[in-house]
Amino acid sequence: MENFVNVFLFGKCYSVPDNLTIMGAMEYAGYQLVRGCGCRNGFCGACATIYRVRGDRELRVCLACQTKVVNDMYIATLPFFPLIKQVYDIEKVPAGEAVMMQLYPEIYACVGCNACTKSCTQGLNVMQYIAYAQRGNFARCAEESFDCVMCGVCSSRCPAGISHPQVALLARRINGKYLAPKSEHLENRVREIRDGTFDDLLEALMQKPVDELRELYNNREIEA
Amino acid sequence: MYTGEMLASMKKVEAAREANTVLEPRRMTAEEKDALLETYHPDYKKSEFVALRVGVNRGDAVPHELAALLEGRSRVDPASVDLTRCDYETDVLVIGGGGAGSSAAIEADNAGMKTMIVTKLRIGDANTMMAEGGIQAADKPNDSPAIHYLDAFGGGHFAAKPELLYKLVNEAPDAILWLNELGVEFDKSPDGTMITTHGGGTSRKRMHAARDYTGAEIMRTLRDEVLNRGIPVIDFTAAIELILDTDGRCAGAVLYNMETGEIKIARAKCVILATGGAGRLHYQGFPTSNHYGATADGLILGYRAGAKLLYADTLQYHPTGAAYPEQIFGALVTEKVRSLGDKLVNAHGEVFMHPLETRDVTAASIIRECTDRGNGVKTADGTGVWLDTPMIERRGGEGTILSRIPAMHRMFAQYGIDIRVEPILVYPTLHYQNGGLDITPDGMTAVENLFAAGEVVGGIHGRNRLMGNSLLDVIVFGRNAGRHAAERAKSVTPGTPTLAHVTAFAREAEEAGVRAEVQSPKLLPTYSHGNPDFQRKAF
Repeated sequence: MENFVNVFLFGKCYSVPDNLTIMGAMEYAGYQLVRGCGCRNGFCGACATIYRVRGDRELRVCLACQTKVVNDMYIATLPFFPLIKQVYDIEKVPAGEAVMMQLYPEIYACVGCNACTKSCTQGLNVMQYIAYAQRGNFARCAEESFDCVMCGVCSSRCPAGISHPQVALLARRINGKYLAPKSEHLENRVREIRDGTFDDLLEALMQKPVDELRELYNNREIEA
Repeated sequence: MYTGEMLASMKKVEAAREANTVLEPRRMTAEEKDALLETYHPDYKKSEFVALRVGVNRGDAVPHELAALLEGRSRVDPASVDLTRCDYETDVLVIGGGGAGSSAAIEADNAGMKTMIVTKLRIGDANTMMAEGGIQAADKPNDSPAIHYLDAFGGGHFAAKPELLYKLVNEAPDAILWLNELGVEFDKSPDGTMITTHGGGTSRKRMHAARDYTGAEIMRTLRDEVLNRGIPVIDFTAAIELILDTDGRCAGAVLYNMETGEIKIARAKCVILATGGAGRLHYQGFPTSNHYGATADGLILGYRAGAKLLYADTLQYHPTGAAYPEQIFGALVTEKVRSLGDKLVNAHGEVFMHPLETRDVTAASIIRECTDRGNGVKTADGTGVWLDTPMIERRGGEGTILSRIPAMHRMFAQYGIDIRVEPILVYPTLHYQNGGLDITPDGMTAVENLFAAGEVVGGIHGRNRLMGNSLLDVIVFGRNAGRHAAERAKSVTPGTPTLAHVTAFAREAEEAGVRAEVQSPKLLPTYSHGNPDFQRKAF
C-alpha cells in the first residue's frame, strides 16, 4: 500500500515510495552511495543536503538520512564543503579571546544575517555561538554548539566565509581542556594506578577459578 | 502514523506510568538468564552458523554471512598486482579512521614514527562517532578497576582473555584523563566531579558521558588532533589485501580508491587494522545501529593473511533499536535512556524486566516478550516494546531529557514524536561484534607486525560486552597498538613484499571444495529498499 512521490535528484525525476528518507530514496533510485553517506543516523554530518520543494521559494537544508521525501522535492547533496580548519597545538594554544583573532579572524566579519542559524541541520543557534566565540566566552560557545555534527551547511550559507563548526570545535577543546573544572577523583585514581595500587587485587582476581568468580559476580553488591 | 493498536497500547502505558515509575523490578537469577539466552538470543540459533572450511579457524562456527566473506574471492589477482610499486611509504600504516585508528595514529606519531591513516570513507565515519551513552572507567572512590573487571568478566560470560581485560580496566582512568586533556568535554558537576551513571550489568556508577553525543565528542576531538599533527589521512581509500613479506611479516596493504577504482600500494614496517565491526552484514536479517562501512573488512584481510579469529560466533544485539517510525528502524536508542531510570514496558503497560540487565539478556527478554509471550506491539517492520521515556522527566525532573539525551529527543522529534511526553517503540538491533581478531596484550595478531585495535579485535569482552566498554576499548587498545607498533617499527626492515598468502588461501579454498561466490572484503552494503526493478551488482 505504498504511495509514491516524485523527487528530482540533481534535477532528474524519480518516482519513490513516500515513506523513504532522502538517502533511502537515492538508493531506491539506484544510487550506490560512496560519498554523502556515513553513519546513516544523524551523528556524522556526511549527508548534508539542500533542497527546494516546487512552489516554495525557500531553499531548505537537512541531513539526507534524517529527512523524509515529499512530492516535488528538488534535491542536491553537499557531500563535501571546504571548511577552513586551522592547525594548532592544543598544548600551547592560548585559552583566551586572542586565539580566535589569531586563527579564525573572519568571525569578526560576521554581518549578523543569521543565515547560519536558519540553515543549521541540528537546529542550533549558530550565530549566537559565533558571538560567544567573538567575545572569548568559550564555555558558552561550547555549550551552544555542542550538538554540532559538522555537516558544514552553515558555512555554505555564510557571506563572511566563516567555518563555524571548526570555530566551535576549537572553543570546545579549549573549554574541555583548560576551562572546565578538573576532576580530582580522576587524577587521584590515575596516580593510584600508576603506583600499582590495584595490581595485587586484579592479579588475584585473574588467578581465581571461574566457579569462584561466578559466585563473586552473582552475589556482588550493586550500587543503588 | 501510529496505528490504532499502537495508540490503544500507548494509553495503557500512560495509565500505568505512575505506578511503573516507582516500581523496582527484581533482577533475574543466573539460571533464569541462562535459560532465557539459550532460547531467545540470536547467538544461540545454531542454524544461523556454519563451520569454516578454510584458514586457521577451520571447523569453527561463524555466521553464514561472515563465512561467505571469509571464504570469498580476493578483489585482486595477485599475479597482476605490481608490488615493486610504492605509492605510499610509512613506518606505521593505520587502516581505519575511527576511534581506535585515530588513537593509534596519535600514539605512533607521539613515538616519533612516520604514520599514515587510510580509511574507506572519511576519518570519523565510524561506530565511535555513533556511540551515544558513555564510556566506563572506575575512577570514583567507591569503585576500583577490580570491581570493573568483575562486572565485565561476568557480563561477558567469563570468556574474556584475562590479560586483555586487565589492561582495559586498569588503563581506563588514564584513557579518560587523556581524552579530557585533549579537550573532550565530559559531563561534570561544578566541582569537577564526573557525572556518572549505571549501564546494564555495572555494579558501580562509572559511565562517563558527554550528553548523548559521547562518541561524537570523542571522535571529533581525536580527528581534530590527527589533523593538527599533520598525520596524513588518505580518505575514500580501502585496504583490500594485506601485503606480507617473504618472511610472513606484515609489510603493507593493497589499497583501492573508492571513487576512481585505482589500485595503490602502501608499504609499511608495521600495520594496524582498525577497521571496526560488521553490523552492515545484517546477521539474521537484523537491522543495525552501525555506520555505513561496518562490513567486517578487517576480519577478512587479517584472516586471509593468517591471523586467528576469536569468538567470531558472538554478536551483540543492542536491546533498544528504534522499532518505529520505519525511517529510523534499527537506529540506536542509547542505553543511557535506561541509565537515567527509564523502564521497558510491554503492550499491556507492564514492566517485564529490570531495565539494566546486560545487553544480551535484555535483548533476549524483549524478543521473548514479542514472540512467545505475544506482548509486543505490531509495527510496519515487525514488533516492539515500549521504552517509557516520559518516566525520565518524572524521575529526574523536567528538562532532564533535553540536557542529558538531546540526540534522542532530536531523532524522534524529526518524525513528530516528543519523547518527553510519548513513549517510544524499540526492538533489538545488530550493534557490535563481540568477537574478532585474536591479539596479544601488545595488540599484535598471529601475523608478525600486524596489529589490531578496536571492534575488529575479539577477546577483550568475552561473549558479551557491557555498555561503555567499547568506547573505552577503542581508546585503550588503540593507543596500545599505536605505541607497540611504533616501538616495533623502529627495528623492522621489511623483506620482499608478496601476496603469496592470497594465492595460497584461494588454493586451500579450492581444495576444500569451496566455490567462492562473492568478492571480499565487502566494503559497502547495497540497499534498494524493496525496489522491484532493482538490478545491480554489489559494490
